[in-house]
Amino acid sequence: MSIWEFANPRKFTALSLKILPTLVGLSAVLVLGGLIWGFAFTPNADKFESTVKIIYVHVPSALMAINGWLMMLVCSLIWLVRRHHVSALAARAAAPVGVVMTVIALFTGAVWGQPMWGTWWVWDPRLTSFLILFLFYLGYMALWAAIEDTETAADLTSILCLVGSVFALLSRYAVNFWNQGLHQGTSIPVATGGRTVADVYFLPLVVAMAGFFVLFVALVLARTVTLIRERRLAVLDAQEARA
Amino acid sequence: MNLDMGKYATEVLLSYAGTLIPLALVIWITWAQYRRAARALSAAEARKDIP
Repeated sequence: MSIWEFANPRKFTALSLKILPTLVGLSAVLVLGGLIWGFAFTPNADKFESTVKIIYVHVPSALMAINGWLMMLVCSLIWLVRRHHVSALAARAAAPVGVVMTVIALFTGAVWGQPMWGTWWVWDPRLTSFLILFLFYLGYMALWAAIEDTETAADLTSILCLVGSVFALLSRYAVNFWNQGLHQGTSIPVATGGRTVADVYFLPLVVAMAGFFVLFVALVLARTVTLIRERRLAVLDAQEARA
Repeated sequence: MNLDMGKYATEVLLSYAGTLIPLALVIWITWAQYRRAARALSAAEARKDIP
């Protein structure tokens, strides 16, 4: 079996409908479990006091804001190279979920920054590239909405997605090579494995991150199935109008 | 259990509210659109006698 079989809308829809109930249940357990654990069962930190609890909403949402765009990039490339409609629709479906994640990350970051940095906002490389990523999300959605021909819309939004990926990557790696700004580097470096967060904070964070990831996947699948159905409906309506 | 948030209670509660409300909204909108599209397609296929 090849993965490209799921480029067929019927097969994609059938698979999505099969796994969606599991994903929805799993995301509810992980998101609620991670957030309740982090909110109610972690101690206040010495330096950050109770604001440490904000990481359980800020870090997973920022993670999915960036990874959501990178998922859209992969789908856009598949569209540009192989012209699979489902991949273009999946990218389109991910954008509203990604923009919500971006808004949450920006909001919770500002709310945390005010007491800790003494300011809601600073034009730091990571924050600025993240804000630009948010604007790219809005532009991407506006472009899909503005163009009637779906193939043209998919082409143009894919190009926009390629350009926006620079800012998605910048917002992730800016702290590593841009030695300025207030935003701290990652406390959980995946590559080196040298995390600086104690287990008591790290474990609920992992659960929350897994929850946001599964929730993102579930929402994108449901939205992609919706877009496939709407497209099929448009075809049937057009046939009915001609008859 | 630790619900003592001290002087930063407002910031912590605001962050969680600012997360849960948008998440609930996007879940609700996604579900509503999903149901609406499913119903409309079923009705259209039934009209055209598509299994």
